Amino acid sequence: MRSEKSNSAPLGLKIAAAAGLAFMHLPILLIFLYAFTTEEKSYQFPPPGLTTQWFAVAWNRPDVWAALTLSVKVASIATAAALVLGTLCAAAVSQTRFFGREAVSLLVILPIALPGIITGIALRSAFSIADIPFSFWTIMLGHATFCIVVVYNNAVARFRRISGSLIEASMDLGADGFQTFRYVILPNIATALLAGGMLAFALSFDEVIVTTFTAGQQSTLPIWMLEELIRPRQRPVTNVVAMVVVIVTFLPILGAYYLTRDGDQIAGAGK
Amino acid sequence: MTTAVLFDNVSRHFGIVRAVDRVNLSIAEGEFFAMLGPSGSGKTTCLRLMAGFEQPTGGHIEIFGETAEGVPPYRRSVNTVFQDYALFPHLSILDNVAYGLMVKGIGREERRKAAEDALAMVKLPGYGTRRPGQLSGGQRQRVALARALVNKPKVLLLDEPLGALDLKLREQMQEELKSLQKSLGITFVFVTHDQGEALSMADRIAVFNDGRIQQLGSPEDVYNRPKTRFVADFVGSSNVLSADLCRRLGLKAAFASLRPEAVAIAPPHNGALSLSGTVASQSFLGATNRIVVDVEGARIAVASPATQGFPPIGSAVTISFAARDLYPMDDA
Repeated sequence: MRSEKSNSAPLGLKIAAAAGLAFMHLPILLIFLYAFTTEEKSYQFPPPGLTTQWFAVAWNRPDVWAALTLSVKVASIATAAALVLGTLCAAAVSQTRFFGREAVSLLVILPIALPGIITGIALRSAFSIADIPFSFWTIMLGHATFCIVVVYNNAVARFRRISGSLIEASMDLGADGFQTFRYVILPNIATALLAGGMLAFALSFDEVIVTTFTAGQQSTLPIWMLEELIRPRQRPVTNVVAMVVVIVTFLPILGAYYLTRDGDQIAGAGK
Repeated sequence: MTTAVLFDNVSRHFGIVRAVDRVNLSIAEGEFFAMLGPSGSGKTTCLRLMAGFEQPTGGHIEIFGETAEGVPPYRRSVNTVFQDYALFPHLSILDNVAYGLMVKGIGREERRKAAEDALAMVKLPGYGTRRPGQLSGGQRQRVALARALVNKPKVLLLDEPLGALDLKLREQMQEELKSLQKSLGITFVFVTHDQGEALSMADRIAVFNDGRIQQLGSPEDVYNRPKTRFVADFVGSSNVLSADLCRRLGLKAAFASLRPEAVAIAPPHNGALSLSGTVASQSFLGATNRIVVDVEGARIAVASPATQGFPPIGSAVTISFAARDLYPMDDA
């Protein structure tokens, strides 16, 4: 709801808002700034000079590419798994009644409320008890635990707004279960799934804690950056990569925001 | 005559709740059949049993001679008009109407034509490109009707389809539904809690209460000759005369029903029966006045023409009615 009372906030509030924004975003701008510095050993302020050479250097570093590819692969597969499992879970919880439904819905959300370090330790011990060697797949499984939650949350909210009679109407008109899913359910939850998937991808892409417990010798992009900060070699390259990460995670989150905002009119219009 | 829908001792229990309890009915092909009752009386569950959204816990259902138990909704030649219309919000009106044909794999051009014809039939030609959200309640209801009829069902089920419409629109739709049913010759099964709607539209009415059919008959039967107190009260709020009063009027029955409009506030003539009492309350209903007369503790409602005016409250009056309007019934 937009208030039409007054268009202008008091000056004090404006200053407070500006200060808050500056506090949150200036450090990020600093990261961007150091991506262009000519000094590669230390972060001295102000930078002695500006250059774009680090973009080329970063482009030619194989370790950057290895980390980036791994991160994209993990995020994509974890998101895909979460889309399938999260949607099924949301469908079950919102469309049917069964014993323990409330407990299931709480348990599904739990992984995101749990501190990452707990999830990480739990997964690590589980993997070693089960004798599963740490690999790409263990990283992916770790990420899927919280990706499912994000997809589930988005999907369950949308499922609740789909009137049950829509599904009955579809069956009544001759559509079997698969056709009903394809022609009625999917179009109505598509934007929620896209939003959930994008958020899940962004979460997975910059995850550090769970990854440190579930990765073997491989480094995802955030892990690689952490290592670079400890043992710097061409420091500004890290900043270049950080910029890329910000952009890669920011765009899907922005997209998710717009999709769910417009989605308000989609499923509620049936009545 | 072919039987369209047959219920043989059908029950649907949800745990200890007997939503439908040993119901027997047989609906003839081409009949306009109403299931009337208060909410929770089992009428909607019966409709859902016909549509296939519910399975009976006991008894046997046949639709055009074929066993219906275990047959999913999408394999029944039955279509439903839902109470909330259940139009697909993401599809245009034309795609909504053509949905049933689309899932059956009928070609695009053919189903477009069929859907347009169906929209013309419900008097909404040219609305195909709009979305459900852009239509009024009455228009959505017509779309829901077109969407069901385009599949040429053998039985059309209507779940309180006029409940959400205003009075004027409702009366208009009642007439249209009736004439549509006559011209198409399809069996209509209609669920409603509005007795006026059931009386004016249906060929036969089943009055439901507590999961059971209380009475099944023509509108005239159900209205004039209620079998139980529930029917007398629910269909047109009849007066129910106690055994005492019945005896005084020379009638050997536990209870008797008496329609308010069969009673006049006037001295008896031509051998009519009469009772005397005092006016307890009165209300103006438009064409008639509803006057409640207290006869030794029993309250008898009288529908008197508005032209006769109101007798003052507390005044002594004589009410009279013909003996044939007094209808004896079983206790229930």
